[in-house]
Formats: sequence, structure tokens, C-alpha cells
Amino acid sequence: MSVLIFIDQADGHVKKSSLEVLTYGAKLASQLGVAAEGIVLGTVSDDIAALGKYGVSKIHHVSNNLLDHVDAQVYAKVIAEAANASGASIIIFSHNQTGKAVAARVAARLKAGLVAGACALPDTTNGFVVKKTVFSGKAFANVSINAPIKVISLNPNSYTTIAGEGTATINALHIAVDTPKVKVTAVNKVTGEIPLTEADIVVSGGRGLKGPENWGILLDLAKELGAATACSRPVGDAHWRPHHEHVGQTGVQIAPNLYIAIGISGAIQHLAGVNRSKVIVVINKDPEAPFFKAADYGIVGDAFEVVPQLTAEIKKLKAAN
Amino acid sequence: MKILVCVSKTPDTTSKIAFTDGGTKFDEAGVQWIINPYDEWYSLVRAIELKEKDASVSITLVNVGGADAEPIIRKALALGGDEAIRINTDSSDPYYIAAQIAAVAKAGSYDLIFTGKETIDYNGSSIGGIIAELIDVPYISLATKFELIGTTATVTREIEGGEEVAEVALPLVVSCQKGVAEQRIPNMRGIMAARTKPLKVNEPEAIEALTNIVSFELPPAKAGVKLVAPDNVAELVRLLHEEAKAI
Repeated sequence: MSVLIFIDQADGHVKKSSLEVLTYGAKLASQLGVAAEGIVLGTVSDDIAALGKYGVSKIHHVSNNLLDHVDAQVYAKVIAEAANASGASIIIFSHNQTGKAVAARVAARLKAGLVAGACALPDTTNGFVVKKTVFSGKAFANVSINAPIKVISLNPNSYTTIAGEGTATINALHIAVDTPKVKVTAVNKVTGEIPLTEADIVVSGGRGLKGPENWGILLDLAKELGAATACSRPVGDAHWRPHHEHVGQTGVQIAPNLYIAIGISGAIQHLAGVNRSKVIVVINKDPEAPFFKAADYGIVGDAFEVVPQLTAEIKKLKAAN
Repeated sequence: MKILVCVSKTPDTTSKIAFTDGGTKFDEAGVQWIINPYDEWYSLVRAIELKEKDASVSITLVNVGGADAEPIIRKALALGGDEAIRINTDSSDPYYIAAQIAAVAKAGSYDLIFTGKETIDYNGSSIGGIIAELIDVPYISLATKFELIGTTATVTREIEGGEEVAEVALPLVVSCQKGVAEQRIPNMRGIMAARTKPLKVNEPEAIEALTNIVSFELPPAKAGVKLVAPDNVAELVRLLHEEAKAI
């Protein structure tokens, strides 16, 4: 029995969300008194042995270039086979785009009980109960897994990465890899932007900004903070911003350390996507905006005056530290 | 060509979420039920568009749920499905639900199976992947575009840090999100026609549920907002730095 942690990589580099699942999986393994092992697929350029510092003793590596694109069908077969070979009874993924493609297939293949979107370590005192977000972040469910094999995918940004000491041994795993039936013809990576679900700080704008031409003040603030940018649904629908920036119940759900909402009233559907943020700042000229009820800090004021000042003050703070 | 569209019943997006029976049951009082938006706006509408281009396409809707799901199934039929199958059972276990649908998919040999990218109640994003594994066909998750020429699909899907375009032959399972299609409103003719479209009720297959929900919790309430005057932005930055330690 062991815990097998899927290490997601893109273009040879290990994703930040993988460090979270490594920490989470290693902690779960020590809670159960079993070994924590990682698995990485495809061509990797990062030093994966160094990932031992997140608590894994061994990392299995299947270095076949057929695995350089994530193909759910091919990946599931390889990971399930590796789980069987290594005697893993718990398999951990990030609930990121890769996890959403692959984890459920792995679970079905192994007939494992699946909790997708976990947000805390399982309670193993009596059975195996995993807390997950439901109703798009408006609530949590405690889900009992009743099957011997268990698959968990962990929401990004919901478990703090802890780096300790240690080096993992690398085990080159030889597993036959099928040729994917899905033929990838083009890949368009968004470059230079911080992925929304991984960002520590998110700056988000709503209709209060009045038009796409006014986004400059928001982008300046985001740049100063090293933040990702997001928007409310009406802004995405009006094509003021690309729709992948839409956060909310029917958009992306995020849980950054800091969420700054500018000119967003805070409809219940929007709150559902952001209410797991650790600190929420709301800037709105309407003191009755419902968002203030969900905020930690707020300024009732004109965004066009407040936001440039905020950028300037943050610049000062950074200069002083 | 046969398309199977999975439709789930979810609370309306404006619903207040509350629980009864010591936090073990979702409080349905005053809740409006809708078709899961991802199922309706994107996967169902895209299937209808394919049928509008090619009259030989047939659309079967499948729902795993009790009789109380029938109003939303009728609404989906009003939008444009040809027939519907309701599997008469209820569960929160993704494997149980997906295996029920996989049994329907196998029996009907569908060319294309559409799901929404997730349901807005359980947010698992897992039904499509499980169905695909159980019937052993490729799975395209988080699609933002779907085109079909003959029996080859060209799909754009969201991946980590961007998107990828891929070609794949049918049969296929696709989970759909924004970009695949645009929301439609059912018209009166559709609503009238939906009344007489076949809605078959199947009893569930004997499948073991692998998980169950023990209890629900609501997030802890916020302590209350600390307001800072608009002419004192420096104070907000100080609070964020020293008190919240967020910057």
C-alpha cells in the first residue's frame, strides 16, 4: 500500500500545482504510515529528484515522447498500470485541466472511489472521508470513499506547499504506451500571463470600469502586484476581456491569497467563484454593493481615482522593503 | 449519426445554499431547478446545431435522476432533443452515475457523447471521463470548439496554460464549456412538440456506488468588512501588508 502522486508537467517543467499535490500526498502518506511516491510522464527537463524535498521517497518516470501531450486515454492506462505495479491504493492528482482530463479515467479503470475537487486532507480516523467544494464554492461536502482504491484530485491553491529536505530516487518505469487516437494539430500557450487558477493575487474588473478602454489602470495594478487578471461575467460576455478571464459560478473558480475586485457588484454567481480567496478587497463606488458583505477590506470610492493611487502606494511599499 | 447528450438537474445559479437534517441534506425549499448550464448552453445547443446542418443526426438526452427531473428533461426536449431516457435513480457518486450512462451508451452505440464540463452542484468534472473509460473511447475534456466533418471531429480544448487543437475520429466523449455554442431560449413550437416526444424511464443497472456524501458544511462567515476612506489608500496597503500579510 502506498500513495502515488501524479506530477503534472508542461514543456518539461513541473507545475506549481504539482508541488501542492506532492506536499498533500506526502502528508496523507505519513498520516497513514505508508510510502509516498510520485509519477511523472513524458520528457522532463526539470530536476525531478529534487522534488524529494516535498516528501516523496521515489519518483517513477515513464519517459516516452508519446506522453508529451496529455491524452486522457493513454495517460489513464499508463498511470493505472503504474499504480498496480507500485502497489498504490491512493492516487492523487491536481484538479487542474490535466487532472480534469485524466483522474476520472484512472478512477474508472481501477474501479476506484473518486473525490474530484478536494480541499483538505482526508479524515482517516474512522473510514476515509474527504472534504470537497460543492455548489461552486458555496459549500463543502464530506465524502466517504468506500472502495479499496481511492483517487483524489485536489483543488489548486487549496493546500500550502511545504519544502523540506531530501532527494527522491528516480525509477525509470517501462510501460508500453499506446499511440494516442487524438491527433494534436496545434498548441496555443498563453505566454507571459500568470494562469488564473495558480495565481497568488488576482485583480478583477467589472462593469464599473465602463469599457475595455479603461482596463489600463487595472493592468497597471496587476503588473505592480505580479497578479493575474480576471473579470466578471458581463465583462466577458461583452468581450471587453477574453472569456477565459471570467471568474464565477459558470466561469473559472479560484482561491488566491488575495482577490481585488474593482467595480464588481458581487452577484451570488460571482461570489461562488471567488469566495475561497483568503483575503478579498472590494473597490466600488456603491456602498450598497453586496460584495462588501463578502469582503475583508473595502473602499467605497471611484475606481478611476482609487486604483491608480493603490498602484502608487504598492510601488512605494515595494521600494521601502 | 447518433448523439447522446447528458443532462443533469441542478439548482438555479441564484439559489441560496442551505442544508437540513443536521447538515446531511440539501435544503430544496424555494429552490428553482434548471438544466445544468454547461449541459444546456453548450453541449445540447451544439448537438442541435449539428442536427440543423445534417438532418440524419438524432439526439437522445439521458438523465440520471428521479421523476422530479422530468420538467428539466422536457425543457431540454423543447430546445431540440428527439427523445429522452431517464434512469430512475439518484446518487452523488460519479462512478455510479457515469456507469449508468455508459450502459445506455453501449446499448445504443452512439457516435458522440456530450457532457457539460462540470455540474454546478457537485463540480466534479468527472462524468465524461468515466463514461469514456468504461466504453473505451477517446475523451476530449473542456472543449471550447467542436467541428465535425464526416466522422472526424476537430476540437479545441483547454489545457494547462493554454489550448490545443486536435483531430479525432468518432466515437468520442466530449465535455463542453463556453465557446462551443451560445445559449438558446426554447420557442413555443419546441415547447409544444416536447410534450409528445418520447421520454423513456429505465430502471438502473446493478452498479455499486463507490462513494457517498456523509455531510455538508457552509463556509465560515466573514468577520465583516473593514472600510478604508477613499482618500487614505495608503492605509489599505498598510493593512494588506501588516495585518493580512497578503502583499
